Amino acid sequence: MTEPLLAIENLYVTLIDDRGKSKTILQGVSFEIYPNEVMGLVGESGSGKSMTALALMGLLPHRAQIHSGRIWFGGQNLLALPKREFSALRGSQIAMIFQNPRAALNPLMRVGNQVARVVRLHQGLGKRAAYGKGLDLLQQAGITDTSIRARAYPHQLSGGMAQRVLIAMMLACQPRLLIADEPTTGLDVTIQAQIFELIKAIQVELGTTLLLITHDLGVVSEVCQRVAVMQAGKIQEVAAVADLFAHPQHPYTQHLMSTLLRVDRPANYRE
Amino acid sequence: MLRMLLRHFTLLLGSAILMGFIAVAWVGPDQMKYEPEKVSRNTYEKPSPEYRFGTDKFGRDILTRVVYATRLDLRIAMTVAVVSFVVGSVIGAIVGYYGGRLDSILMRGVDILFAFPAFLLAMVITGVLGDSEKNVITAVTIAYIPYFVRLTRGQMLTVRTLQYADAAISIGNPSWRVILIHLLPNTLTPSLIQMSMVAGWAILDTAGLAFLGLGITSPTAEWGVMISDGAQRITTGEWWMWLYPGAALVLAAFAFNLIGDGLRNLLRLQ
Amino acid sequence: MTTTPDTGAMDNSPSLWLTFWEIIRSYPLLHYLFRRLGLALLTLVGIVVVAFFLTSVLPGNPAVVRAGPLANEERIQKYEKEMGLDRPLAVQFGDYVIHLGQGNLGESWTSRRPVQDELKERLPATAELGIAAFVATLAISLPLGILAAVYSGTAIDWAIRLFATFGASVALFWLALICIHLFYYKWHIAPPPLDRLTIGIDEPPNVTGFFTIDSLLAGDIDTFRDALNHLWLPALTLAFVVSAPMTKMIRAAMLDVLDKDFIRTARAVGVPFRQIILVDALRNAFIPVLTTSGIVFGYLVAGNVIVERVFSWAGIGQYVWQALDVNNLNAVRGFILLIATVYILLNLVIDLLYSLIDPRIRLN
Repeated sequence: MTEPLLAIENLYVTLIDDRGKSKTILQGVSFEIYPNEVMGLVGESGSGKSMTALALMGLLPHRAQIHSGRIWFGGQNLLALPKREFSALRGSQIAMIFQNPRAALNPLMRVGNQVARVVRLHQGLGKRAAYGKGLDLLQQAGITDTSIRARAYPHQLSGGMAQRVLIAMMLACQPRLLIADEPTTGLDVTIQAQIFELIKAIQVELGTTLLLITHDLGVVSEVCQRVAVMQAGKIQEVAAVADLFAHPQHPYTQHLMSTLLRVDRPANYRE
Repeated sequence: MLRMLLRHFTLLLGSAILMGFIAVAWVGPDQMKYEPEKVSRNTYEKPSPEYRFGTDKFGRDILTRVVYATRLDLRIAMTVAVVSFVVGSVIGAIVGYYGGRLDSILMRGVDILFAFPAFLLAMVITGVLGDSEKNVITAVTIAYIPYFVRLTRGQMLTVRTLQYADAAISIGNPSWRVILIHLLPNTLTPSLIQMSMVAGWAILDTAGLAFLGLGITSPTAEWGVMISDGAQRITTGEWWMWLYPGAALVLAAFAFNLIGDGLRNLLRLQ
Repeated sequence: MTTTPDTGAMDNSPSLWLTFWEIIRSYPLLHYLFRRLGLALLTLVGIVVVAFFLTSVLPGNPAVVRAGPLANEERIQKYEKEMGLDRPLAVQFGDYVIHLGQGNLGESWTSRRPVQDELKERLPATAELGIAAFVATLAISLPLGILAAVYSGTAIDWAIRLFATFGASVALFWLALICIHLFYYKWHIAPPPLDRLTIGIDEPPNVTGFFTIDSLLAGDIDTFRDALNHLWLPALTLAFVVSAPMTKMIRAAMLDVLDKDFIRTARAVGVPFRQIILVDALRNAFIPVLTTSGIVFGYLVAGNVIVERVFSWAGIGQYVWQALDVNNLNAVRGFILLIATVYILLNLVIDLLYSLIDPRIRLN
């Protein structure tokens, strides 16, 4: 195989709670992502998936501290980079979309302007040109009547629509690595499918590497090529999707699969 | 770890300062070698070993007056805090429990009082009532009752919907028992924090009123009165007349505020 | 802001009024404004009642004060009659309300002049000081509040919070004395704390009543300099104390906003940190700060009374202080009504501003 695009080595992160007690939430996480692949990261809520992603982005909350480990990206260790250089990577090299898309947009800014702002940041266009480009991107993200929708505020959009706006922002970034953290949580099932299709299509078109975080093995089987299974702050198993479904190695993976196959709950059941 | 220490540090520092003040108020006056209102010929003396904080225009010892004033100001502030807390909480609990018309009328009244800064309200009431310790206490208390009414009412609205309220009613408790014995105690945490803040505001307000010549008046030894006396000499440089009583006042208010902040953090409420 | 719908009272009104009301209702902005104004009026009525009875029912006889300590019973009764104090309270109140309807706040019992004229003369002095102090407050508390939130949990945050707690404990009149002692007595940077202009300098021609602005309008640089010279110290003193709660509010609001998902998004797509703080976070933090600015107004007004006293500033704070001293009830009531009206108007403006800033708030 080729050089990995991103390699996480032995990442330990501790969280300090309000009472000043610390708890290790990532316990030696290691895995790699290769260029152009779609990698899944699955696990229950609280298993450390999102924290791993935030660590990649350098966006861990104040209370969380990286204890040790390395994150290799494009030949450099992100954790050793000066803050300023790390910030410069955000958006242009690594970008991320989050769950709960409506809350992920600035409520006081028209969505068109929010997209245009990202276009200006990363493509160095003038105000007017950036806005026009933003409309194109919105359309690319599957929004119709873009010139009208662009004038809307986030609260006037549905969740699916808001996620499309965020995807348009990712298109403006053109990152080498895109992280999607439960991008469809809280959306209707039909919309969920559409959004996944869109993300997949964009990944293919831009040739971006995608890290998809989810608790839904069904989604993983449809979208991802490889998958890492996470539990209690540790990576339990990394495998190609086909292998994983054929021969789950780790007991925890087997447990996850059994819940997936249960008929008494919907496939996307979550606690 | 450091954060935790700092958090409790606030509460500890505030309590320590307050304890100091209480000690001074308790035993301080007996230790003084002068009388607080006794005039002498040594007027406008600078601070010296004889007069640690100097003397004022009647030759009264400022240290003695500051110590006597501690007793008075603390007494007023604490009385205001406790009385406004008790009265406000009971009113708030009752209107919160019964709701309805009484509630909406009373809360509108509270809104009206809130349209007016507490200090100004106290100022107007004291101005009309006339000057005495009792009147200042009454005025400042009235100004702060709405704070507790609003707070307790809000708490009551949530508490009364909980199951143990129904339980208390269903075993045949009369309403007043349900309100005062069963529900009210569960609403008091935020009010306790508020009480500490109100004590701080009350001490500033009392002194502020006295400074304006309202409530406690000359020649009584009170911090605001003393600062007011000193203010008359502001252009001639007798700084000790106002600096020491003011420092005592601010330190006392600071202690109450620290305790309020500390309690808030301790009980993790915002 | 909570606004309770209040349309039930209109039910038994004549049909003309109903049609009128329906027209109003079809325009959300108008409807909103009307309802808010109606509510404001209701509050104001309440304040008139409270102001009147609070000042009248409590013991203390203005006629006695006015007649002086040596007056006999006869003289006091004469004054009571003259001032209308011998009539039943309800009649006095009706009289007061009727006058109020005519825009008349009654006569000041000391100067024998209409209270509204005296307030009008003195309001600009208070407003100039208050506005200057407010601007200074923002200049102090915005950067401090933002810094404390951005560096939350660090020594910077701790120091700023300590400053805020300390500022909340400082007695304004004491701080004012310290400032005067240092800046006037010791360092001679500030003029003596005696009113708005140096004695001998004439007031600029009255346009706004703000000496700094009026002198500039008249092109009189010397007067402007003198007015500014007198203004900065009291304004800064007041601002220091008001900054304490303001800094706390801004810090809390910023902390809240910085925790929001959209801030994380902005960072994740590479928006520069400075832009995130100053554009995304600050604008959103403004909303909770706005809703609590009534508190700041309270601090400013109450503080003004004391600062005016210390600096002999001829505003309405001094006016009410003098009025209280001699039980000049009409003057006191006029002051209460003025403050309450400004406060209510301010809240109305805040609500409108609120709907301008926040697209989620529609005006109904």
